Order: sequence, then C-alpha cells, then structure tokens
Amino acid sequence: MIKLEKVSKKFGTGVFGLSDISITVGKAEFVFLVGPTGAGKTTIFRLITREILPTKGSIIVDNWDVIKLPYSKIHHLRKKVGVVFQDLKLLMDRTIFENTILPLEVAGVKSREGKKITEEVLEKVGIIDHRDKFPVQLSGGELQRAAIARALVLTPEILLADEPTGNLDLTTAFGIAKLLEDINKKGTTVVMATHNTGIVENLSKRVIGLDKGRLVRDDKKEQKKGGSAFAKASADKEEKK
Amino acid sequence: MIFKTTWKNIRRSPYQAFAAILIMTLTFLVVSFFTFVLIGSSKVINYFESKPTLTAFFRNEVKQEDINSLENNIKKTGKVATVKFVSKQEALKIYRQQNKNDPLLLDLVTEDILPASLEISAIKIEDLSTIHAALKSSPIVSEIIYQKDVVSALTSWTNALRKIGIGLIIVLALVSIFIMVTIIGIKISQKKEDIEIMRLIGASGWYIRWPFVWEGIFYGIAGAVLGFGIATSSIWYATPFLSSFLKGIPIFPISLIFLLQLLAVELAIAIILGAFSSFLSVLRYLK
Repeated sequence: MIKLEKVSKKFGTGVFGLSDISITVGKAEFVFLVGPTGAGKTTIFRLITREILPTKGSIIVDNWDVIKLPYSKIHHLRKKVGVVFQDLKLLMDRTIFENTILPLEVAGVKSREGKKITEEVLEKVGIIDHRDKFPVQLSGGELQRAAIARALVLTPEILLADEPTGNLDLTTAFGIAKLLEDINKKGTTVVMATHNTGIVENLSKRVIGLDKGRLVRDDKKEQKKGGSAFAKASADKEEKK
Repeated sequence: MIFKTTWKNIRRSPYQAFAAILIMTLTFLVVSFFTFVLIGSSKVINYFESKPTLTAFFRNEVKQEDINSLENNIKKTGKVATVKFVSKQEALKIYRQQNKNDPLLLDLVTEDILPASLEISAIKIEDLSTIHAALKSSPIVSEIIYQKDVVSALTSWTNALRKIGIGLIIVLALVSIFIMVTIIGIKISQKKEDIEIMRLIGASGWYIRWPFVWEGIFYGIAGAVLGFGIATSSIWYATPFLSSFLKGIPIFPISLIFLLQLLAVELAIAIILGAFSSFLSVLRYLK
C-alpha cells in the first residue's frame, strides 16, 4: 500500500530530515510511527501526500509513483490519503459540519449525499452534537475527532494521523486511538505518528521507530511476539489499577 | 458551492468590493457616455448630410423682382428639387414660433432685422456646390449657409471626441484591471491558510481559483450595470433640454433596442475585463 525505498530528505538548511529510510506498509495494516520530536515522522507524512519531494529514493502509494505524479494529479492522491494533521488545520470560520463536508464538496460529491455521509462520519467519531459549533467552541479531544472526521469522509484507503493524541489527557487519547483502531478494522490502512508510549503498548500493533531521521526499530517480524508482550504489559497495568 | 464561496468572499470584505465595483462603474460610465455622444453626433451629421440644402440670405434693400428672377434662374438649372422663398414677414413668424416662450427675445427682434431668404434643396448632394457658386456670384445675396461647412465642422469635432473617448476608456480599463488584480491579490493572500488547507485535503487548483475568477466577473458585471444605469438615466433626465437644444434633429427618443445592445456589449466587455484581471491575479498569486 505504502512503499518508501531508500528515501532521504535533505532540507534547505542542509539538515537531513530523513536518511535512507525504507518502509513498507501493507493493506489494512495499523502502524505506529514513534520517535522524539524532529525524528522525521511528520516528514514521512508530508512525503506520502507529496507536500514535499524527497531528495533521494522512491515512494509508491497504491501503485502510484508519488514522485513522478504530475502536479495536476496531486489532488487525486490526496483524496485517496486522509490526513489528520498535527495542527489539525481546521478552518476557523466554518462550523464543524462545514469543515467535515469540505473534502466531499471539493471532490464534487452531490450535496445531499455529502450531507448524509458527513452526518454518518460525525456520528461515528462521536461529535454529531457539535456539528453546528465553530472550532473555537470545542475541546482538544473534540477537535481531534473533527479532524479525523474530515479525514474520513472520502473513505480513504490510507489514513495518516499525525500526533492525534498530542496534548490530550490519557482517557481522551485512548478514545481517539480506539477510534482509529475501529477505522482500521473496517479495512483502512492507518499510520499513526505518536510519542504516547502508553497507547503504543496498549494497542499492540506494528511499531516503526525513528530517531534523527533514521530507522531505529521496525517490529514487523516480531509483531506477534512483541505484540503479545505489549498486550500483556498493558493488561498487567490495567489489573494493577 | 463555488458561487457560495464567491459570495462569502465579497460579503466579508465590503470595502474592497466597493472599490472594485466603483472603478468598474466609472469605466462603464465613461464608455456609455462616449457611446451616446458619438452615436448622437453621427446622427446629427447624418441629418445634415441627408438634407442637401443651402440657405441664401438677401441684402435688405433687394427688390422682389430681382429675387424672383434669381429663383427662376436657379430652377432652370434642373438640379434643384425645391426652392422656397421666405419673406421677412415669414422669417419673423418662424422666429416668433421658435421663441414663443421668451418674450424678451420677441421684443428685441423686428421684421427689419431678419433678412428674406431662399431655402434651396438640391436633388443630389454633389450639386450643392454648383448651386452655391451660382448664388454666390449674384449681387443680391449677402450670405449663404452651406450645410457642408456644418458637416465638416461637426465631423472634425466628432473625430476629436472619439480619440479622447477611446484614450480615456483605455486608461480607465487599464486602471480597473490593475485595481482588480490588486484587490483579488489581497484577498488571496488573506486566505492563504484556507487555500493551503483546501489543497491538502485534495482540492484541485481550479477548484480554489474559480471563486476568485467569479468574484472578478461579478465586479465587472456590477460595474457595467451601474455605469450603464447612471449614464442612461442621466441622458433620460436631460432629454427635454437636449431635444430643445438640437431643434428638429431626430435623436430622441433613444431606441430601446439600441440601449439593450449597448448593455449587452458592455456586459460582454465587463465579463472579459473581470475575468481577465482575476485570471492575471490568480495566476500570479495562486500557483
């Protein structure tokens, strides 16, 4: 589904955002992308959506060569890949409903159908009651859900979530993570960048670790073993509580 | 959806919208006025050209027999359609009729001041100069008013007006293009963040650009309608004064079909101007 091969990204300042990264994410997989700030998590997302181009290497998303994609076709790629941005990027002068329906309007979906889909998605992420509020009127967790809703309305094959639990309390963060897991269960490939170790351990999914632009961990092979270990650890934690 | 966005953009920055519409209005006001003036003056010229007439005024002391013989001589040439003698008394009557509302002018003029005259119309406009020469040689004729002079004076005025008009319209059109490009450019940079977000969620370039282009077209159309409206209503308001000024020359009323044609042409120009300037702006600021 997503294939990064020997990808390097050198920024204008001369700093390497990523160096020689190779990652393959399969269809309907759930992957955590972990690492400290500046590790290159967001850079990977921006490369996948062609916000930026890599200095070296190749990127394939669902059989599309992202690097060779002509400028006029980028919006097709972006409709296929839903992104929950770290800074959410919600439009402040539009209601939650208007923000959520935007990708459908952009894609030219008929307004009646679009409204129906939007309501369903808002229901699913649990903020249907806030549909007519503006972003400033919502809490952090609710905003995060709004951003997820917007990323989901086009039923993308891939969902990239950049620190969706960033500055949320643990309960809310788990709620968000559960939501992403549900989405994944319905067949969407989910890549979630986070540094919330609690969630990573609890969900026992494949973990890709980055540090200073280098790949330091990929649990793909040991997923089952490691996964169960994480699950056990979190189960222990819950018991202690 | 695109129109909704366009309308929101306009509504949320009323001063910029006002400036854009105002400059467009000014441009189309000038376009309308100059069209009226040029069409009007060409009608005046046509009027004079279609009347191959000249008027010969006689000296005061001239005897009726001399006038009669001159009249017969001219009729004999066969180039004359009609000859009409206007005596001093008749001239006074005509004068009184024309100025019946102005007692002061009526008091000032008596029969003696007004000369008797012959109003001659030729069959062909080319023959006027022959008739003119014949009359001029006659000792009893004091002055000849020759329409050709009027026509050539009017034509040179009209040409000058046309040049001024075209120059003014070009300058105003350029000014409106630059102002529109600037205004739409400001709007684009105000919405930079929104545009960025739209792009990231998969909006194509033209999905983002169209509302701005429509906005430009809207300003153009609004300006054309307003400019045309102001020009037309002021012409309509001035009609009584103008028709008494242009005695007998059939310019008024301006036909409705002509007005509609003018409006259609102005709307077409407005759409082109609006679209062109917003395209310029969009291509410059939204790559």
